[in-house]
Amino acid sequence: MVQHTQIDASFAALSDATRRGVLEQLGRADASITDLAAKFHMTLTGMKKHVGVLEQAGLVTTQKIGRVRTCKLGLHRLEQEAAWIERHRRLWDARFDELHKIVEELTQKEKVDGRQKRE
Amino acid sequence: MDARKESESTPLKNRTTVERKSERELVVTRTFNGSARLVFEAWTKPELFKRWWAPKSTGMSLLSCEMDVRAGGSYRLEFGRDASKPIAFFGRYVEVTAPSRLVWTNDESNEGAVTTVTFEEKGGKTLLVLHELHPSKEALDATMAGMEGAMPEQFEQLDELLLTLSV
Repeated sequence: MVQHTQIDASFAALSDATRRGVLEQLGRADASITDLAAKFHMTLTGMKKHVGVLEQAGLVTTQKIGRVRTCKLGLHRLEQEAAWIERHRRLWDARFDELHKIVEELTQKEKVDGRQKRE
Repeated sequence: MDARKESESTPLKNRTTVERKSERELVVTRTFNGSARLVFEAWTKPELFKRWWAPKSTGMSLLSCEMDVRAGGSYRLEFGRDASKPIAFFGRYVEVTAPSRLVWTNDESNEGAVTTVTFEEKGGKTLLVLHELHPSKEALDATMAGMEGAMPEQFEQLDELLLTLSV
Protein backbone atom coordinates (compact mmCIF):
# COMPACT_ATOMS: atom_id res chain seq x y z
CA MET A 1 0.00 0.00 0.00
CA VAL A 2 2.63 2.49 1.00
CA GLN A 3 5.86 2.51 -0.92
CA HIS A 4 6.96 6.09 -1.00
CA THR A 5 10.49 5.44 0.25
CA GLN A 6 11.06 3.78 -3.11
CA ILE A 7 9.29 6.63 -4.89
CA ASP A 8 11.34 9.23 -3.02
CA ALA A 9 14.49 7.39 -4.07
CA SER A 10 13.25 7.44 -7.67
CA PHE A 11 12.62 11.17 -7.54
CA ALA A 12 16.01 11.84 -5.97
CA ALA A 13 17.63 9.73 -8.69
CA LEU A 14 15.76 11.63 -11.39
CA SER A 15 16.67 15.07 -10.01
CA ASP A 16 20.01 15.02 -11.81
CA ALA A 17 20.38 15.87 -15.52
CA THR A 18 23.16 13.35 -16.15
CA ARG A 19 21.14 10.55 -14.58
CA ARG A 20 18.11 11.46 -16.66
CA GLY A 21 20.39 11.38 -19.70
CA VAL A 22 21.65 7.94 -18.71
CA LEU A 23 18.08 6.61 -18.47
CA GLU A 24 17.28 8.11 -21.85
CA GLN A 25 20.37 6.44 -23.30
CA LEU A 26 19.53 3.07 -21.72
CA GLY A 27 16.02 3.39 -23.13
CA ARG A 28 17.62 3.17 -26.57
CA ALA A 29 20.08 0.39 -25.83
CA ASP A 30 21.90 -1.31 -22.96
CA ALA A 31 25.35 0.12 -22.39
CA SER A 32 28.48 -0.51 -20.36
CA ILE A 33 29.63 1.95 -17.70
CA THR A 34 32.65 2.72 -19.94
CA ASP A 35 30.31 3.60 -22.87
CA LEU A 36 28.20 5.81 -20.63
CA ALA A 37 31.24 7.57 -19.14
CA ALA A 38 32.54 8.33 -22.64
CA LYS A 39 29.16 9.53 -23.89
CA PHE A 40 28.69 11.90 -20.97
CA HIS A 41 32.35 13.01 -20.87
CA MET A 42 32.83 11.76 -17.34
CA THR A 43 35.32 9.71 -15.40
CA LEU A 44 34.56 6.05 -14.88
CA THR A 45 34.29 6.69 -11.12
CA GLY A 46 31.82 9.54 -11.62
CA MET A 47 29.63 7.42 -13.89
CA LYS A 48 29.77 4.49 -11.46
CA LYS A 49 28.33 6.78 -8.77
CA HIS A 50 25.45 7.92 -10.98
CA VAL A 51 24.64 4.37 -12.02
CA GLY A 52 24.79 3.38 -8.34
CA VAL A 53 22.12 5.96 -7.46
CA LEU A 54 19.89 4.78 -10.32
CA GLU A 55 20.40 1.18 -9.25
CA GLN A 56 19.49 1.98 -5.62
CA ALA A 57 16.26 3.56 -6.84
CA GLY A 58 15.47 0.44 -8.84
CA LEU A 59 15.52 2.34 -12.14
CA VAL A 60 18.56 0.54 -13.54
CA THR A 61 20.05 -2.91 -13.14
CA THR A 62 23.62 -3.85 -13.87
CA GLN A 63 25.25 -7.15 -14.64
CA LYS A 64 28.94 -7.89 -14.78
CA ILE A 65 30.00 -10.20 -17.56
CA GLY A 66 33.74 -10.75 -17.63
CA ARG A 67 35.28 -7.34 -17.09
CA VAL A 68 32.37 -5.36 -18.48
CA ARG A 69 29.48 -4.08 -16.38
CA THR A 70 26.40 -3.70 -18.54
CA CYS A 71 23.54 -1.41 -17.49
CA LYS A 72 19.93 -1.77 -18.49
CA LEU A 73 16.62 -0.17 -17.58
CA GLY A 74 14.47 -1.48 -14.76
CA LEU A 75 14.58 -4.52 -12.57
CA HIS A 76 14.15 -8.10 -13.58
CA ARG A 77 10.68 -9.44 -12.90
CA LEU A 78 11.72 -11.62 -9.97
CA GLU A 79 13.91 -8.98 -8.39
CA GLN A 80 11.05 -6.52 -8.70
CA GLU A 81 8.75 -8.95 -6.97
CA ALA A 82 11.27 -9.68 -4.21
CA ALA A 83 11.79 -5.94 -3.69
CA TRP A 84 8.04 -5.38 -3.50
CA ILE A 85 7.62 -8.22 -1.01
CA GLU A 86 10.35 -6.75 1.19
CA ARG A 87 8.77 -3.27 1.11
CA HIS A 88 5.39 -4.81 1.87
CA ARG A 89 6.89 -6.85 4.71
CA ARG A 90 8.40 -3.70 6.22
CA LEU A 91 5.02 -1.98 6.14
CA TRP A 92 3.29 -4.89 7.88
CA ASP A 93 6.18 -5.23 10.32
CA ALA A 94 5.85 -1.56 11.28
CA ARG A 95 2.09 -1.99 11.72
CA PHE A 96 2.44 -5.17 13.72
CA ASP A 97 5.06 -3.63 16.02
CA GLU A 98 2.42 -1.05 16.98
CA LEU A 99 -0.29 -3.69 17.24
CA HIS A 100 2.05 -5.73 19.44
CA LYS A 101 2.31 -2.80 21.89
CA ILE A 102 -1.48 -2.44 22.01
CA VAL A 103 -1.98 -6.17 22.65
CA GLU A 104 0.58 -6.08 25.49
CA GLU A 105 -1.09 -3.00 26.93
CA LEU A 106 -4.55 -4.63 26.82
CA THR A 107 -3.15 -7.83 28.33
CA GLN A 108 -1.53 -5.89 31.19
CA LYS A 109 -4.70 -3.92 31.76
CA GLU A 110 -6.75 -7.10 32.04
CA LYS A 111 -4.30 -8.59 34.53
CA VAL A 112 -4.47 -5.46 36.70
CA ASP A 113 -8.28 -5.28 36.43
CA GLY A 114 -8.51 -8.99 37.29
CA ARG A 115 -6.34 -8.49 40.39
CA GLN A 116 -8.38 -5.50 41.46
CA LYS A 117 -11.62 -7.47 41.13
CA ARG A 118 -10.25 -10.29 43.27
CA GLU A 119 -9.04 -7.96 46.00
CA MET B 1 8.02 -18.02 -6.55
CA ASP B 2 8.77 -18.41 -2.89
CA ALA B 3 10.06 -14.98 -1.94
CA ARG B 4 9.96 -15.17 1.82
CA LYS B 5 11.66 -12.53 3.90
CA GLU B 6 11.96 -12.48 7.63
CA SER B 7 13.22 -10.04 10.19
CA GLU B 8 16.62 -11.13 11.45
CA SER B 9 17.94 -8.18 13.41
CA THR B 10 16.20 -8.58 16.76
CA PRO B 11 15.73 -12.16 17.93
CA LEU B 12 13.30 -11.21 20.71
CA LYS B 13 10.89 -9.56 18.34
CA ASN B 14 8.24 -11.77 16.74
CA ARG B 15 8.83 -12.09 13.01
CA THR B 16 6.59 -10.78 10.28
CA THR B 17 6.65 -12.85 7.11
CA VAL B 18 5.23 -12.04 3.69
CA GLU B 19 4.95 -14.71 1.05
CA ARG B 20 3.37 -15.06 -2.35
CA LYS B 21 1.67 -18.45 -1.90
CA SER B 22 0.41 -18.77 -5.44
CA GLU B 23 -0.30 -16.70 -8.54
CA ARG B 24 -3.30 -15.13 -6.80
CA GLU B 25 -2.45 -15.33 -3.09
CA LEU B 26 -0.38 -13.26 -0.73
CA VAL B 27 0.05 -14.28 2.93
CA VAL B 28 1.31 -12.21 5.87
CA THR B 29 1.94 -13.84 9.27
CA ARG B 30 2.93 -12.74 12.77
CA THR B 31 2.58 -14.11 16.30
CA PHE B 32 1.39 -11.86 19.12
CA ASN B 33 1.95 -12.37 22.85
CA GLY B 34 -1.68 -12.14 23.87
CA SER B 35 -5.06 -13.80 23.56
CA ALA B 36 -6.89 -14.04 20.25
CA ARG B 37 -9.74 -12.10 21.87
CA LEU B 38 -7.52 -9.07 22.45
CA VAL B 39 -5.82 -9.21 19.04
CA PHE B 40 -9.25 -9.49 17.42
CA GLU B 41 -10.41 -6.52 19.47
CA ALA B 42 -7.53 -4.41 18.13
CA TRP B 43 -8.70 -5.18 14.56
CA THR B 44 -12.36 -4.43 15.15
CA LYS B 45 -12.50 -1.44 17.49
CA PRO B 46 -11.81 1.75 15.50
CA GLU B 47 -10.20 3.54 18.46
CA LEU B 48 -7.64 0.71 18.76
CA PHE B 49 -7.30 0.05 15.02
CA LYS B 50 -6.44 3.71 14.39
CA ARG B 51 -3.45 3.43 16.71
CA TRP B 52 -1.57 0.87 14.63
CA TRP B 53 -2.80 0.73 11.01
CA ALA B 54 -0.83 3.77 9.84
CA PRO B 55 2.41 3.76 11.84
CA LYS B 56 4.41 7.00 11.93
CA SER B 57 7.41 5.41 10.24
CA THR B 58 5.42 5.10 6.99
CA GLY B 59 4.82 8.84 6.87
CA MET B 60 1.09 8.26 6.47
CA SER B 61 -1.65 9.08 8.92
CA LEU B 62 -5.13 7.70 9.21
CA LEU B 63 -7.45 10.68 8.72
CA SER B 64 -10.68 8.82 9.36
CA CYS B 65 -11.79 5.30 10.10
CA GLU B 66 -15.37 4.04 9.99
CA MET B 67 -16.06 0.37 10.66
CA ASP B 68 -19.40 -1.39 10.91
CA VAL B 69 -17.97 -4.73 11.97
CA ARG B 70 -20.65 -7.31 11.12
CA ALA B 71 -21.27 -9.49 8.06
CA GLY B 72 -22.51 -7.16 5.32
CA GLY B 73 -21.34 -4.06 7.21
CA SER B 74 -19.03 -1.60 5.47
CA TYR B 75 -15.76 0.07 6.35
CA ARG B 76 -13.98 3.10 5.03
CA LEU B 77 -10.44 4.24 5.81
CA GLU B 78 -9.07 7.52 4.60
CA PHE B 79 -5.45 8.30 4.90
CA GLY B 80 -2.61 10.26 3.43
CA ARG B 81 0.03 12.82 4.15
CA ASP B 82 -2.25 15.68 3.18
CA ALA B 83 -5.79 16.01 4.62
CA SER B 84 -7.05 17.77 1.48
CA LYS B 85 -6.11 14.79 -0.70
CA PRO B 86 -7.05 11.67 1.25
CA ILE B 87 -6.71 8.22 -0.26
CA ALA B 88 -9.71 6.05 0.57
CA PHE B 89 -9.82 2.30 1.11
CA PHE B 90 -13.25 0.77 1.50
CA GLY B 91 -15.27 -2.41 1.25
CA ARG B 92 -17.57 -4.76 3.14
CA TYR B 93 -17.17 -7.35 5.84
CA VAL B 94 -18.12 -10.75 4.47
CA GLU B 95 -17.61 -12.73 7.67
CA VAL B 96 -17.09 -11.67 11.26
CA THR B 97 -16.48 -14.53 13.70
CA ALA B 98 -15.08 -13.31 17.01
CA PRO B 99 -12.34 -13.94 17.98
CA SER B 100 -11.06 -16.20 15.21
CA ARG B 101 -11.90 -14.94 11.73
CA LEU B 102 -12.50 -11.74 9.75
CA VAL B 103 -13.16 -11.57 6.00
CA TRP B 104 -13.62 -8.40 3.97
CA THR B 105 -13.62 -7.14 0.39
CA ASN B 106 -11.40 -4.37 -0.96
CA ASP B 107 -13.63 -2.36 -3.24
CA GLU B 108 -11.44 0.67 -3.98
CA SER B 109 -10.31 -1.01 -7.18
CA ASN B 110 -12.29 -3.10 -9.69
CA GLU B 111 -9.83 -5.92 -9.30
CA GLY B 112 -9.76 -5.81 -5.50
CA ALA B 113 -8.70 -8.75 -3.36
CA VAL B 114 -10.67 -10.53 -0.64
CA THR B 115 -8.80 -10.40 2.67
CA THR B 116 -9.16 -13.11 5.31
CA VAL B 117 -7.54 -12.71 8.72
CA THR B 118 -7.47 -15.66 11.10
CA PHE B 119 -6.48 -15.54 14.77
CA GLU B 120 -5.30 -18.82 16.24
CA GLU B 121 -4.56 -18.93 19.96
CA LYS B 122 -2.06 -21.42 21.38
CA GLY B 123 -0.46 -21.28 24.81
CA GLY B 124 -1.39 -17.67 25.43
CA LYS B 125 0.00 -16.54 22.06
CA THR B 126 -1.93 -15.77 18.92
CA LEU B 127 -0.83 -16.62 15.40
CA LEU B 128 -2.26 -14.11 12.97
CA VAL B 129 -2.50 -15.06 9.29
CA LEU B 130 -3.61 -12.45 6.79
CA HIS B 131 -4.50 -13.96 3.45
CA GLU B 132 -5.25 -11.92 0.33
CA LEU B 133 -6.95 -13.66 -2.58
CA HIS B 134 -6.71 -11.60 -5.77
CA PRO B 135 -9.18 -12.13 -8.65
CA SER B 136 -6.41 -13.01 -11.11
CA LYS B 137 -2.66 -13.43 -11.45
CA GLU B 138 -2.63 -10.16 -13.39
CA ALA B 139 -4.33 -8.31 -10.53
CA LEU B 140 -1.71 -9.43 -8.01
CA ASP B 141 1.09 -8.75 -10.53
CA ALA B 142 -0.29 -5.23 -11.03
CA THR B 143 -0.40 -4.64 -7.27
CA MET B 144 3.16 -5.87 -6.97
CA ALA B 145 4.27 -3.67 -9.83
CA GLY B 146 3.17 -0.88 -7.49
CA MET B 147 0.64 0.57 -9.88
CA GLU B 148 -2.30 0.27 -7.53
CA GLY B 149 -3.14 1.43 -4.09
CA ALA B 150 0.10 3.26 -3.40
CA MET B 151 0.46 6.93 -4.15
CA PRO B 152 -1.39 7.44 -7.43
CA GLU B 153 -0.38 11.05 -7.90
CA GLN B 154 3.28 10.42 -7.34
CA PHE B 155 3.13 7.50 -9.73
CA GLU B 156 1.47 9.72 -12.32
CA GLN B 157 4.23 12.27 -11.89
CA LEU B 158 6.86 9.58 -12.17
CA ASP B 159 5.15 8.09 -15.23
CA GLU B 160 5.05 11.49 -16.88
CA LEU B 161 8.68 12.05 -16.14
CA LEU B 162 9.61 8.63 -17.51
CA LEU B 163 7.48 9.24 -20.57
CA THR B 164 9.28 12.53 -21.29
CA LEU B 165 12.56 10.71 -20.92
CA SER B 166 11.66 7.93 -23.31
CA VAL B 167 10.63 10.25 -26.18
